[in-house]
Amino acid sequence: MSDVAERVKKIVVEHLGVDEDKVVEGASFIDDLGADSLDTVELVMAFEEEFGIEIPDDAAEKIQSFGDAVNFISANQ
Amino acid sequence: MSTALMAGKRGLIMGLANDKSIAWGIAQACADAGAELAFSYQGEALLKRVQPLAEQLGSNIVLPCDVNDEASIDALFAELEAKWGKLDFVVHAIGFSDKNELRGRYVDTTRGNFTMTMDISVYSFTAVMQRAEKLMTEGGSAVTLTYYGAEQVMPHYNVMGVAKAALEASVMYLAEDLGKKNIRVNAISAGPIKTLAASGIGDFRYIMKWNEYNSPLRRNVTIEDVGKSALYLLSDLGSGVTGENLHVDAGYHVVGMKAVDAPDISKG
Repeated sequence: MSDVAERVKKIVVEHLGVDEDKVVEGASFIDDLGADSLDTVELVMAFEEEFGIEIPDDAAEKIQSFGDAVNFISANQ
Repeated sequence: MSTALMAGKRGLIMGLANDKSIAWGIAQACADAGAELAFSYQGEALLKRVQPLAEQLGSNIVLPCDVNDEASIDALFAELEAKWGKLDFVVHAIGFSDKNELRGRYVDTTRGNFTMTMDISVYSFTAVMQRAEKLMTEGGSAVTLTYYGAEQVMPHYNVMGVAKAALEASVMYLAEDLGKKNIRVNAISAGPIKTLAASGIGDFRYIMKWNEYNSPLRRNVTIEDVGKSALYLLSDLGSGVTGENLHVDAGYHVVGMKAVDAPDISKG
């Protein structure tokens, strides 16, 4: 697993209080990991802080799963 | 900070969402100064966020309140009266609007969202003060949060700017009505801070960058900055101050045009 994926996973595990092995590529924050709509906004804010990047609103709306987050951050770091 | 400043003071914090909230900066400053706190929340999604933060400040009073519902506000204050008997201060950090109307043109605001935005973001403070007045038997202090978009046009702030202007006007009228009972009512006009609520405002990063480059202090403010100023208004340090709109914005409100040393920034 890439460094980005490890760091994203750590944030997701801490924020949503889920088991690490549930955080897989296709895991949807809302459908699989029990996130509510505020969690998804908070996760994006946490990613921005961790990686020092800016995630615009339209991109943030498309980050629905663990894989989406890793892909976006890897491509925009 | 002196622990005596707010010792024996009991206050209600309304509108805390998470540890990025301005209400959290204020709650921390008050708790550090010795205040005892109660928190209100709206809905289960916020309860699970507010509960652990309240515990962190030694508070176990976390009560539901939907400011759209008169009965719900009554129930909140009845519960506070049962628990505390009196109230010393209130922090109102509540506002809401359809985020689809916090971008684009103000002129396109719908009647439905206009009414809802005014109701939740403006009237709720008056409704809360109606109840708080009865519990502030030894005087009191209330602070609400506003933004410079009430005084000057800010991109995307739209109907929320109109609502904040009404909120600022209501602070003056509340200050007059309640002053006879030594209840002080003030607003803090905070500079832009990246909170959950701010994530609904279009292009917020641009607004933040602009403020950072052009404010006299050449930085953005933090929730700690706002917390300290709120402590002044809520404590006896602000005993002679009411009806005021205190700008905690790194001085941005005095600026007339772009700073000479500010870089030109394009959108985004």
